[in-house]
Amino acid sequence: MSNCSIVLSALVLVALATLAVPGESQAPIKIGVIEPLSGPVAASGNYVRMGAEIARDWLNAKGGIAGRKIDLLIEDNKSDPKEAASAAEKLIVRDKVPAIMGAWGSSMTLAAMPKLEEYGVPMVVETSSAAAITKRGNPWIFRISPPSEMEALGLEQYVDKLGVKRVDFLAVNTDWGRGSITAFGDMLKKKGAAVGVAEFMDQSATDMNAQITKIKATGGDTLFLTTAVEQITLVMKQAQEQRLGRKIVTTGGSSSPTQLIKQAGAAAEGSYHIVFFMPWFPESMPDGKLAKAFVDEWAKRGHPFEGLTEGFRGHDGIATIAEAIRVAGKDDPKAVREALWSVSLMGVNGPIKFEKDGPAGKESGQSKPSIFVVQIRDGKVALPDFLAKK
Amino acid sequence: MAELLQHLLNGLVLGGTYALLGIGLTLIFGLMNVVNFAHGEFYALGAYVSFAALALAGSDFFVALLVAIVAGAALGWLCEVALLRPLRNESIDTTMLVMIGVGIAMQNAELLGWGGVAKSIPHPFPTAPLVLGPVAIAPLRLFVLVLAAGLIAAAWLLIQKTKLGRAMRATFQDRDTAALMGVSIGRIHAATFAFGSGLAAAAGALLGPIFLVYPSMGDLASLKAFSVVILGGLGNLPGATLGGLLLGIAEELGAGYISSGYRDAIGFVIIILVLLFRPSGLFARQERIA
Repeated sequence: MSNCSIVLSALVLVALATLAVPGESQAPIKIGVIEPLSGPVAASGNYVRMGAEIARDWLNAKGGIAGRKIDLLIEDNKSDPKEAASAAEKLIVRDKVPAIMGAWGSSMTLAAMPKLEEYGVPMVVETSSAAAITKRGNPWIFRISPPSEMEALGLEQYVDKLGVKRVDFLAVNTDWGRGSITAFGDMLKKKGAAVGVAEFMDQSATDMNAQITKIKATGGDTLFLTTAVEQITLVMKQAQEQRLGRKIVTTGGSSSPTQLIKQAGAAAEGSYHIVFFMPWFPESMPDGKLAKAFVDEWAKRGHPFEGLTEGFRGHDGIATIAEAIRVAGKDDPKAVREALWSVSLMGVNGPIKFEKDGPAGKESGQSKPSIFVVQIRDGKVALPDFLAKK
Repeated sequence: MAELLQHLLNGLVLGGTYALLGIGLTLIFGLMNVVNFAHGEFYALGAYVSFAALALAGSDFFVALLVAIVAGAALGWLCEVALLRPLRNESIDTTMLVMIGVGIAMQNAELLGWGGVAKSIPHPFPTAPLVLGPVAIAPLRLFVLVLAAGLIAAAWLLIQKTKLGRAMRATFQDRDTAALMGVSIGRIHAATFAFGSGLAAAAGALLGPIFLVYPSMGDLASLKAFSVVILGGLGNLPGATLGGLLLGIAEELGAGYISSGYRDAIGFVIIILVLLFRPSGLFARQERIA
């Protein structure tokens, strides 16, 4: 920076300082959050919100960003894609946020995306798994959750050990569920497994007996299940009622094994779960200290333990946006987007750093999150045998 | 073959619960000419009351079921007396809007009071399924099916065989004449609304342990109840029962043999066909008599 511009910035700062009302600190930095706080997947959205609040409070306790406090503006998308789009518009137009974190479900994120491009505001995607999100050529998208393909690749090394020979799919009828069946189906076919039927359920459906009866007739050995914890609970209970007798593997990281143990009981026994955070063994996470601190803070606030596998997403998303604003040096959407390309930080999940994904010239950012597999054994969450430490 | 039998059994169990939801709604419509958009919320209320009684007050499963029915009926009574009675001579649209408002208020009160996280209701039945030849059914589901059949039969008997039922039917046929014959219209309306709401709450308390309990659970219940009522003909009690069974079995077979991705669409295609060809319902008689 030249001397001249330093003097100039100093002058501007002085001018701004005199403009500010005496005794009042600088205006807080606003960050928009869009989550499903009501509707069928409300539990997950609320946990992400709790995690985001922890990140905000931790950052503010350290003095915020360049002395400015962080303020979260949280909007409810009601588990509904239409609401997600209008929430994005509201945050951008009315509240003028420089960046947004959201919107949990892939269909909700996809619905909000055109608004980001229209107004030019970046969004950090904390949960959604559909491939389309980063492949569509929206340069305002930065995803820290793994797309289903990445998840499938992460699981590939364990397929033989899991003993997957004939597989069926049951997924929620959304972009996430459909994308997941494609990704895991491709990977499993490549590994030589036979693929049986692919069944769907509506996001709010509660009776999945028809699908289970159909799956039972294929005679496979493994069921890949993709949906949120509420429906996983129901599928497991109904599978037990019909004596399905399959190895169940859940994908997407929203299975909350602790909640399953509580609500599905014996029906969840033996099931495998792909997760992106292991609060049961924080020391095994890439940054054990941070993970432990997050688990402790969560408990201190009285949040339910079963929410941690979602809650960390909120923390990592807000930490990423705050770091980008810090790097950018201002809370301007375009500057924040540029800065997102250069951020490199440690989240609860692991290192966060964006690489280009999607059509050339309009790439979205995609980080490479850590992926873990856990199993419910004897009513507890454990590492599967093939991963347990010697 | 085993697969088809299992599908039919699943459909019967599911249809029984749809019928239970539908008869309360059809009664209220048939007798009071009120389109009760809060019906699903009384279903959710039943589930939450049962959960509170079981998990918080530590009561017995069957006592909790009774408490839920009483709570649903009591709130239904209150609703009628406080909100619908002053609007008795208003148009059907006015009361419909009021009930939409009641539904929104109830759902949000549940969200506020209980939070959005789903709750699971414990039940005393064994989780191991009963195996009957090629098919299996959970004991709890069998219990629900039997009790639903019992409640439907009780509702029918109440309307056909009791003095209250006769007064209800008289009110439905001609309110003014019934009033001149000494029937207290206010009392009949309140009893009808309480009865219908109690049935919805019973459905919630029965299905809560099978499914999960969460604030928006009533949305799906309302949707299914309206489907059943349209299938069976508005205000037609046996029609709602048959409509419920038909919808359950159609959804089940559609998901099993056509595509599970279009499961709900199959139900609605049937409804569109019914509305096109038999607009007063599949089982409509010359006039509606609940």
